[in-house]
Amino acid sequence: MEFYRSHVLVCAGTGCTSSDSRLVRSGLEKEVKDRGLEKEIKIVETGCFGFCNMGPIMVVYPEGTFYCLVKPEDVKELVDEHLVKGRVVERLLYHEPDKEVKTREFNEVDFFKHQKRIALSNCGQINPEDIEEYIGRDGYFALAKALHEMTPLDVIDVVKKSGLRGRGGGGFSTGMKWEFAYNSKGDQKYVVCNADEGDPGAFMDRSVLEGDPHAVLEAMAIAGYAVGANQGYIYVRAEYPIAVERLGTAIKQAREKRLLGKDIFGKGFDFDIDIRLGAGAFVCGEETALLTSIEGKRGEPRPRPPFPAVSGLWGKPTIINNVETYANIPHIIRNGWEWFASMGTPKSKGTKVFALAGKINHTGLIEVPMGTTLRTIVYDIGGGIPNGKKFKAAQTGGPSGGCIPAEHLDMEIDYDNLTSIGSMMGSGGLIVMDEETCMVDIARFFLEFTQDESCGKCPPCRIGTKRMLEILTRITEGKGKPEDIKNLETLAVTIKNASLCGLGQTSPNPVLSTLRFFRDEYEAHINDKKCPAGVCQALLTFYIQPEECRGCGACARNCPVEAISGKVKEPFSIDPEKCIKCGACLEKCKFGAIVKK
Amino acid sequence: MRSFEELKALKEKVEKTMAVRQDKGAATVLVHMGTCGIANGARDVLNAIMDELKTRNLTDIHVTQTGCPGLCHMEPLITVNIPGKNPFMYGKVSPEIARKIIVQQLVNNQPVTEWLVNLDKKTEEK
Repeated sequence: MEFYRSHVLVCAGTGCTSSDSRLVRSGLEKEVKDRGLEKEIKIVETGCFGFCNMGPIMVVYPEGTFYCLVKPEDVKELVDEHLVKGRVVERLLYHEPDKEVKTREFNEVDFFKHQKRIALSNCGQINPEDIEEYIGRDGYFALAKALHEMTPLDVIDVVKKSGLRGRGGGGFSTGMKWEFAYNSKGDQKYVVCNADEGDPGAFMDRSVLEGDPHAVLEAMAIAGYAVGANQGYIYVRAEYPIAVERLGTAIKQAREKRLLGKDIFGKGFDFDIDIRLGAGAFVCGEETALLTSIEGKRGEPRPRPPFPAVSGLWGKPTIINNVETYANIPHIIRNGWEWFASMGTPKSKGTKVFALAGKINHTGLIEVPMGTTLRTIVYDIGGGIPNGKKFKAAQTGGPSGGCIPAEHLDMEIDYDNLTSIGSMMGSGGLIVMDEETCMVDIARFFLEFTQDESCGKCPPCRIGTKRMLEILTRITEGKGKPEDIKNLETLAVTIKNASLCGLGQTSPNPVLSTLRFFRDEYEAHINDKKCPAGVCQALLTFYIQPEECRGCGACARNCPVEAISGKVKEPFSIDPEKCIKCGACLEKCKFGAIVKK
Repeated sequence: MRSFEELKALKEKVEKTMAVRQDKGAATVLVHMGTCGIANGARDVLNAIMDELKTRNLTDIHVTQTGCPGLCHMEPLITVNIPGKNPFMYGKVSPEIARKIIVQQLVNNQPVTEWLVNLDKKTEEK
């Protein structure tokens, strides 16, 4: 039996891999071997720790020393000083921004202290390509318990009572969905995992697939037992190559250990899983479009009812759940529904994984109990807004969601509170915006995305989003008309009510939400032709401050359209009619005399 | 897996190899490896300790290296930290003595007084 005195864990999630964590790991392996320490020190690649803006991350056990921003050039020093001499390399420790202190240990870092990691409990702790490490942390025990000690109805009952709601954004009771499928008659049933995470800026599912793939496999097997299915499909987007690879390895290992396949645990239960790849269509994250895509047809949604639990893949009863939903299942089965229901708010139980992105210091992945306030997430965990800027709003739910302005910072985040202010939980992407973000431009950005991804099947979405985008684009270009806001609102109602699927139905949300909380910005764009945040290029005026201008003429010489005039040693001025707002003059001015407003 | 028992057995086996990632072990053995320590053979002491722990399957004892505590004339030095008690520092430790310390102190819970550096009786309990 192997016995190492030290384990060195190096993050191999997509984020850290793109920052060369693979080179860090191979460098470590070489240095350790060169010093003859390979029998004492084990180098382990793990999944995403979530502290992504500080990657590559490396944790040394047993001390639990937490190193961040580790580069391949640092490896020799780390091995020499820490692994050989036992001296911590201070400069690579995590440095709390406002404190002198450098935090040594993993569980002392503020970012992790406020989190409760359930879906992410194994990410960063185990090697995702080693099924034995998953088993070492109680992996597949939930499946064993279900098969040995519970009936299918017992399993469904536990999941229902736990209060688990769909983590992909729908928020529908997982237990109830499984119950519908259980009650549906059919000679063949299916279990599908929606791993087509398409929201821009969201990578919660990616981290689970890369860091703890077996959790998903085990949960799908449990689901199969509960509803009476013997075949599962994981529909994973092709843009996640590491996740695809790790899932493939995990399935292979599970089959080898007979945890997938025929007669699992000798209990007469058959269940196997195959992978299907997405091909870049956001709409295939919608459940009926996804199932259609698995069937080999163009991914387009269809009307419901009938719901997939009654008639899904190839017309058979099918349950389709999100990756994060599945990641919670083994824990619920092992620890009981009361344990899960003890966390969160009355109608939103458990925890939620959020991907923090945008104008925030600690971009990365976090998991917190439902009911945590936005303020805690942005400031205590996220480390606040960079460069001392002010918080303006946080967008949740991606292109289907809405923004939460500063006045709601103390809102407890859960499914119902978010919908009450016109946003939605979505899959967990949380984009933070500061005073330099233009809310009209944000709405336009999301509409542009939705328009691009619309499958085209139904006119409200196909034509409606196009018209909304046209209006928003005109507004940001300074060509807004007085009736634009009213038209946007009318269009929004129609699109919401008449679209065939969630993509269309929720596409007006960013517009409605920004109109609700930032109407004044829209009015400034339309009536005053001004962008308060200073973003919309067409609405900016470049202006030479006469008191700062030295009359050197550098700006005039560099203006491509000769819009600047003036006499030497006297203040110059820009003709706004000729100015094309290229910014060349601002760059050339050595005295900071030119401003955008 | 043909049975739940098989799964449990595998888990117990693997858990031991991953025990080093748990926060608290039953005890920690610090091997002082400053230059003086290394020059006096601390590496062999470390290897002996690891071998003894492996042979006796004591997977909840953590072994780490640390620097020189200043008692250079007593090297090789090891310090045994047991939660709730003052540290036990042993001096002029050879690989054989190290093995004896592992057995007597960590298994049988008796410090090996003849090699203890801090002989003050107060080191027994906090």
